[in-house]
Amino acid sequence: MILNMGPHHPSTHGVLRLILEIDGENIVRIMPDIGYLHTGIEKTCEAKFYQQVVPLTDRIDYLCPLTNNLCYVLAVEKLLGLEIPPKAQWMRVMLNELTRINSHLVWLGTHALDIGAMTVFLYCFREREDILRLFEMVSGQRMMTSYFRIGGLALEPPLGFFDRVKDFAKRFPSKVDEYENLLTGNPIWGMRTKGVARITAEDAIALGASGPTLRGSGIDFDLRRDMPYSGYENFKFKVPVGTDGDVFARYMCRVGEMRESIAMVQQAVEGMPDGPIKAVAPKVVLPDREMMKTQMEALIYHFKIITEGFAVPAGEVYQAVESPRGEMGYYIVSDGTAKPYRVHMRSACLANLQTLPTMCEGRLLADVVAAIGSIDIVLGEIDR
Amino acid sequence: MPLQPAITDVEQLKQHPAIAALMAWNAASVEGAKFDREEMSIYVERSSIRDACELLRQNPDCPYNYLADVTCVDWFPSEPRFEVVYHLLSHSKKERVRLKVRLDGGSPALDSVTAVWPAANYFEREVFDLFGIRFAGHPYLRRILMPEDWEGSPLRKDYPVEGYR
Repeated sequence: MILNMGPHHPSTHGVLRLILEIDGENIVRIMPDIGYLHTGIEKTCEAKFYQQVVPLTDRIDYLCPLTNNLCYVLAVEKLLGLEIPPKAQWMRVMLNELTRINSHLVWLGTHALDIGAMTVFLYCFREREDILRLFEMVSGQRMMTSYFRIGGLALEPPLGFFDRVKDFAKRFPSKVDEYENLLTGNPIWGMRTKGVARITAEDAIALGASGPTLRGSGIDFDLRRDMPYSGYENFKFKVPVGTDGDVFARYMCRVGEMRESIAMVQQAVEGMPDGPIKAVAPKVVLPDREMMKTQMEALIYHFKIITEGFAVPAGEVYQAVESPRGEMGYYIVSDGTAKPYRVHMRSACLANLQTLPTMCEGRLLADVVAAIGSIDIVLGEIDR
Repeated sequence: MPLQPAITDVEQLKQHPAIAALMAWNAASVEGAKFDREEMSIYVERSSIRDACELLRQNPDCPYNYLADVTCVDWFPSEPRFEVVYHLLSHSKKERVRLKVRLDGGSPALDSVTAVWPAANYFEREVFDLFGIRFAGHPYLRRILMPEDWEGSPLRKDYPVEGYR
């Protein structure tokens, strides 16, 4: 029987359509059908200036908007050859790790909810509320912050921000203990997740999986540690790796990542350097408001950057970062003008979704829900 | 850091493991190379792309075992119009390389690399959908993002940003 697990479904984490060929409860074939959230962001980017693309990038993977921002601005800064001051780099790492925790909280809440553990959802969203308030404090926006700009950050972090972050970092590890208490040793959770949706390491690499989907199968590769960017060399962190390649291994990887991320946030707050938050590049970075209101050159630069953009030397760049889902990359081709010639987003979830047939064929229908949750897909990133 | 000028002379770049492996196998497959902003791009000849990918995947010095991305750039109106771009990553050596294949605009077609990395499946479907490039040997070459009955290739440069109503 062909069954349609349609785009409107509470467990598909977005508008994902799965065409299932089933024999009773067993899956014979599974075929994902995507494109319901396609908004043509790649085409839109070609019509905007480089700095105007930054808010578009937030909305691609909407659960980790700051990570998308970071990837894009790092790519453009590589094209321009800009040197970013250390304070901006450390702030970027700190906010990136808070975003990772944010995204993993949504993952844990919705994954557990699909499998049936409804309490975890509300617990996770309680902590997520604190993080969203931190983002609102620093950038004015809860989710689509666009806080990272080409050349540094948009605004100075306000007074009292680092105290709030330190406070949150002190409270959070015990909350992760709460979630683990509810799930890790729970026999029902174990029966639903151990041995379910297994994928071997060779299959995962061949199918292009990355992030916890790859690390759950035993491959120890993390872009933050192995190909560091934006100051990650200065941080000490462990990378949790699973062995079995099943849903439980990926769950343990992500919970471990939450703990490592909060430790990194603490390291960032304690070691935060002083200094400017924007690079010195008058033609690219907007000048300070006071300077713009009092100095003629600053006013002219401000006007030119906003109305004409800044020309980026011709060339191409591929910058990848470790998003909560895997390797997110931006391939930007510049032709020397102020608008990008081609912006391509390498979506971690699109490659991870390719592992779904291998994981689910031959298994039960209920395991599909667990598998989708464990890959942690966000349709905004898949469809762009 | 400040930009260095790009190196485009293949002679100077011969030492790079990917270029050395491709030149040793078939010198005609490397049409050109560029080292710019610390990234290596290799222009590969169209008919040898699948074998070149297999060679690089199994290269003992630097095995590029992971296909990160397959995408395309449309250089309309200049010819060759399309440039299909492959991004490879080596997990063990932590190196990236970019392979580029130039195609004419007439009826662009290329060999699929799904036999080398099954990861190319969705990426090539997306390039087919949005640019109209056919991949020979792809197991299921259908539109992936646009609806099945859509006409046209939206990401081409002669397709308007606003779309057609």
